[in-house]
Amino acid sequence: MTGGLSPAYRRRHKYRKLKSNCMVGLTVLATVIALVPLFLVLGYLVSKGASSLNWDFFTKMPAPVGQSGGGMANAIVGTFELVGLAGLMGIPIGVGAGIYLVENRGRWLAQLVRFAADVMMGVPSIVIGIFGYAVLVRPLGGFSTLAGAVALAIIMIPLVTRTAEEMILLVPHELREAALALGVPRWRTTVSVIVRAAASGIATGVILAIARVAGETAPLLFTAFGNRFWSTSLTQPISSLTVQVYTYAISPFADWQRQAWAGALVLTAIVLALELGVRWVTRGNVRVAR
Amino acid sequence: MTEKLVVRHLSAWFGKTRALRDINLGIAANRVTAIIGPSGCGKSTLVRCLNRMHEVVPGARAEGEVMLDGEDIYAPTVDPVDVRRRIGMVFQKATPFPTMSVQDNVAAGLTLNGASLSRIERDRIVEQSLRRAALWEEVRDRLNRPGTSLSGGQQQRLCVARALAVEPEIILMDEPCSALDPISTARIEELLLELKESYTIVIVTHNMQQAARTADFTTFMYAGDLIEFGETKQIFTNPSRRETEDYITGRFG
Repeated sequence: MTGGLSPAYRRRHKYRKLKSNCMVGLTVLATVIALVPLFLVLGYLVSKGASSLNWDFFTKMPAPVGQSGGGMANAIVGTFELVGLAGLMGIPIGVGAGIYLVENRGRWLAQLVRFAADVMMGVPSIVIGIFGYAVLVRPLGGFSTLAGAVALAIIMIPLVTRTAEEMILLVPHELREAALALGVPRWRTTVSVIVRAAASGIATGVILAIARVAGETAPLLFTAFGNRFWSTSLTQPISSLTVQVYTYAISPFADWQRQAWAGALVLTAIVLALELGVRWVTRGNVRVAR
Repeated sequence: MTEKLVVRHLSAWFGKTRALRDINLGIAANRVTAIIGPSGCGKSTLVRCLNRMHEVVPGARAEGEVMLDGEDIYAPTVDPVDVRRRIGMVFQKATPFPTMSVQDNVAAGLTLNGASLSRIERDRIVEQSLRRAALWEEVRDRLNRPGTSLSGGQQQRLCVARALAVEPEIILMDEPCSALDPISTARIEELLLELKESYTIVIVTHNMQQAARTADFTTFMYAGDLIEFGETKQIFTNPSRRETEDYITGRFG
């Protein structure tokens, strides 16, 4: 094909091709480097954690110091209880606030809430933990599940609020008008048409927020504290995977350290499962998002 | 001839911009009334004022009277939601609800208003509305498919069926054919002629041939003013105002 072209052109062409290949190579290298830590973490977790992972880990209580075996049953249940309670508080408030932000875009209160939510997302989670300690733990007289769940909910709310707002904004304005023109009241239009059209997007935001708080340690240190014993009481300290992993990892006992790896693996698996859940929820989204 | 809607001294604003200036107009029952005029002349604003959809836009307001069977829909005691149930609307862009099937879309105006319908009643209303919108034969086998799976022209007729299902007295159409191909447009126009037997219809259109083909009365608007109103034949053959003549003969707009 290049038979009729001048040698000078061919040289330039070759040079451009070489340059292009170099650049492609560099981007591939950058991608690989970016992915290396991810696979190292996952591989390390699996190699260190999988060997300590057995049925007992999920069903047994922590063993006393010096005794081998035991599990993290209380921490697994505790994590689900904390995250579940945080979701019960955080999801309705977050989605509600998101709807408010869309319905009242221009109002000063909406602007204030939006700004506050953005600031809240940037607040280090340890600060939320200390806040929980000062506002809930001290007045209530002790560490508790409730305080931990509130701290996690405080982290969830701005995340859910902002994603709900963004997702609802993606719904075409014409749909709202179409519903109003049918004589549907405004609240019903919002709930049954607008929010419903945005539902899968909102669900995505909710699941991501749950995954985020499921992995939080700092806010729980000062609120739910941790518990070596079985407790599901709202007013008692409760164990969680993150805090348990933290406690075990800094302990001097080899057996505990092994269990910390296993705990970290389970936690990662839970978060991974939630992320897969997002993929599943949004699988048919092409049509809805238009 | 009875007048279904009477517009008196109607003005409308978007923020500080005045979009309509002192409109006076009577809309005849069981007739098609077309509103024509260049872009931005206030046609859409006028129809949206007729079922209180204008005020849905932030910062928009209207002043004046719109009498529906002798009652002012802008009276302080009137709920705009009730007005919109009596005066339906079809928009330029077909807007089936994306989360709903074909039949749910048709019944949406009823179910979203909390009507508790029996299965049989619901099916009857769905079929009847789709038949009136000349869509039944095409979709009877896919009532459970998403409303958005239909073609553009079918989606627009689905929106007509959805508007008919709430049994309005008047149907406002805001450029219902501007996004449709000629065949779909012809279907909608046929539909208009059938629908005017039972409904009063107001149609905004950019297309003067469409107005000439379908409308009994035509209103010409320019820059927020109602320039001329009369029988379609008279407007197109013997307009009394210079601006109308210039517009319909293509001298501007």
